[in-house]
Amino acid sequence: VCIHRVRSCSSIRFIKSKYVCVFDKSALKFSHQQRLFRTSAVSCGQIVQFKLSDIGEGITEVTVKEWYVKEGDSVSQFDSICEVQSDKASVTITSRYDGIIRKLHYSIDDIAFVGKPLVDIEIDASKGVASEEDVVETPPMSHEEHTHQEIKGHKTLATPAVRRLAMENNIKLSEIVGTGKDNRILKEDILNYLAKQTGAILPPSPKAEIVPPPRKTEAVPAAPKDKARKIPVPVSRPIAFSGKDRTEPVTGFQKAMVKTMSAALKIPHFGYSDEVDLTQLVQLREELKPLAEMRGVKLSFMPFFIKAASMGLLQYPILNASLDENCQNVTYKASHNIGVAMDTEQGLIVPNVKNVQVCSVFDIAVELNRLQSLGSAGQLGTSDLTGGTFTLSNIGTIGGTYAKPVILPPEVAIGALGKIQVLPRFNGKGEVFKAQIMNVSWSADHRIIDGATMARFSNLWKSYLENPASMLLDLK
Amino acid sequence: MVLQSLKNCRWLSCVRRTPKACFWSTASGGLIIQSVSNDVYQNLAVEDWIHDHMDLEKQQVLFLWRNSPAVVIGRHQNPWQECNLRLLRQKNIKLARRRSGGGTVYHDLGNINLTFFTTRKKYERMENLKLIVKALKALRPQLDVQVTDRYDILLDSQYKISGTAAKLGRTSAYHHCTLLCNADKFVLSSVLKSPYKGLKSNATPSVPASVKNLFEEDPSLTSEIILDAIAKEYAVQHQIDHHITLINPVDEALLPGISNKTKELQTWEWVYGKTPKFSISTCLNMAYKDSVLDIKVNMDVKHGRIEVCNIDLPEQWLPPGLYSELVKSLTGSKFCPNEITALVTTLLRVCPQDDELHNRWSLLCENMIRLM
Repeated sequence: VCIHRVRSCSSIRFIKSKYVCVFDKSALKFSHQQRLFRTSAVSCGQIVQFKLSDIGEGITEVTVKEWYVKEGDSVSQFDSICEVQSDKASVTITSRYDGIIRKLHYSIDDIAFVGKPLVDIEIDASKGVASEEDVVETPPMSHEEHTHQEIKGHKTLATPAVRRLAMENNIKLSEIVGTGKDNRILKEDILNYLAKQTGAILPPSPKAEIVPPPRKTEAVPAAPKDKARKIPVPVSRPIAFSGKDRTEPVTGFQKAMVKTMSAALKIPHFGYSDEVDLTQLVQLREELKPLAEMRGVKLSFMPFFIKAASMGLLQYPILNASLDENCQNVTYKASHNIGVAMDTEQGLIVPNVKNVQVCSVFDIAVELNRLQSLGSAGQLGTSDLTGGTFTLSNIGTIGGTYAKPVILPPEVAIGALGKIQVLPRFNGKGEVFKAQIMNVSWSADHRIIDGATMARFSNLWKSYLENPASMLLDLK
Repeated sequence: MVLQSLKNCRWLSCVRRTPKACFWSTASGGLIIQSVSNDVYQNLAVEDWIHDHMDLEKQQVLFLWRNSPAVVIGRHQNPWQECNLRLLRQKNIKLARRRSGGGTVYHDLGNINLTFFTTRKKYERMENLKLIVKALKALRPQLDVQVTDRYDILLDSQYKISGTAAKLGRTSAYHHCTLLCNADKFVLSSVLKSPYKGLKSNATPSVPASVKNLFEEDPSLTSEIILDAIAKEYAVQHQIDHHITLINPVDEALLPGISNKTKELQTWEWVYGKTPKFSISTCLNMAYKDSVLDIKVNMDVKHGRIEVCNIDLPEQWLPPGLYSELVKSLTGSKFCPNEITALVTTLLRVCPQDDELHNRWSLLCENMIRLM
């Protein structure tokens, strides 16, 4: 078969052909290898010039605006080839043939003419030129592994794209009920058939651009729940998984995070965790929330955590310091610019509240509101995001109890706050009561901070929060 | 005028089985539908859905919609060139890129959108615009409205009240246009003025025009009255009942796959990433200490990402290592103020802790971000 093809090749002009189709006897030596390369089997097909068809309204020229394919790509009938524009109309040009793109006749922004060639497509010789109608009963494919396509004596209507999908999933078209015109088998029919077989929710069509889910937690998708309820039944036939790995370059903000986190891990971290009884604070906040609302501010727990941290830093200023690159000098920062980790579309952003040491709890709440709304609108400024000296990460709003936070250079300490849980605890009289418990996990730079300092700071912070009235004593 | 809710329609079961061909099978020559949503992305998604899934052979469709404040750019346009993105972000005005060609428009509830869906063969813009003019004249015979050969509609021979764009696919096509009834002209003119200098691109430019609202010409005209008049004329010309069917663009059962289409229209990759390649060549004027620095900046942006970046800083103004780190990080990043702000502030964490250096870095970065 291969030898026959080599002979018929000699009359065809090749443009940028990269495939083995040599016009001398050495081709015969490689004939065995040629069979193993799928692409080379189609390299000797017929080249067809696909002309730009009539746009309507008497238009003769258009501007090529975007190519969806490049030379060497495979296309199926009805796949989009390019986008052209003419006088406020944007036109999607689709392929009339199955084959491989061999030449693009225009570059972006060139003027293309109606009736003149747009692309050259090499059509598989065994298939012949496909017409615009649906392909009826394809002849045996050249690929050895997909014999499911051959349905002896039974006509099935399906476009090549649909056939390919069936092939990829090892489905016999004769087993599918077509719901299209004249019982034509549609892509939806294949997907429904597969869904019934596996009980799974399939990914959308490979051509559809899949948008990554937003980072904020949404309701848990239905699929895992359904699977949990059903008793897993072993599937009788292996499902061909047609998903592909996707590689993307690390760019932009992610690149910066890579640098920062790599530097962060050079810091010798130690961790210290504790639990805090917030029962009194919860009650206090309930009382103060309406007051804050009257002033137009949402009051969460964070302002209290932040203020208590600042009061603690006054007693243990080394936690608000910075170690220089050579570890020669420690700079004790005067301002308590406490960072609050925020989860946005970008990823982890840490804006900070400036000068907490001179702010009231209410001031902090106002500033937090401002930063949060800017953060969700994606409009935080550089001054909001720089100058931080200490960080708190309220991961508990998403979930979790204990964590191991990573210090953000050039800082030396960070605290991660877990979620508030209602748990049974014993009081002084040995009675069980309902307590609102939150866990805190601190990490600190062990080069200049020791465990005892961290523990004492944590105890002080904890005491302010467990007994909010004690904050009044030390408020400046 | 009768507004008919979808729930009453018996063809709903038909839709579930065969999303493609059988839709509103009570086919007469035409169908008039109106969106209950004012979300520009949802409404554009409906257009996509009808274009991709409906069989327009038996019946044509007229789709009526209005949006809350949004700027809509054409398929091959450059948003930095077309509008004031800073102002849009501040005022929370959405930015959308439609799939049809043409120029940039401002939408608000005082502007109505009309989409005429036909098969590719029956695509005919002039006819549609003449229909609109006929409807307006029937409503108010004294109105001086006419269609130009650029497919605009002019009021009093000088004010543009409608802009047109179209999308052609393999078998179907649509022509949509706006109609200024009572839009906020002040916001319109301020958002459609780009403050970005030094942009060079082959993107389709918009042609600015003087505009006027129909409401200004005749205060008795409202968007509702005009919409109804156009629907009536369409009904007459297509010999169908004057019914307007309401549709909800979030109804996944009626429009399977619509939420994916809506999501896609909102992605950064679509709105900004589809901008044709362009370059920026400009000068930053930075006031630093007692002097003003003129810094030349050259950037190439492709697919909305910075491909090449050159900043002409005075020697040693930033340590060379830091400068090359900045350029390396910017390369490949989205040309987006939010992304770059997050990037440069994060990078600052691993710079030497020097106040002078930090000030210079922040000053330079803030000026760079203003270009976006």
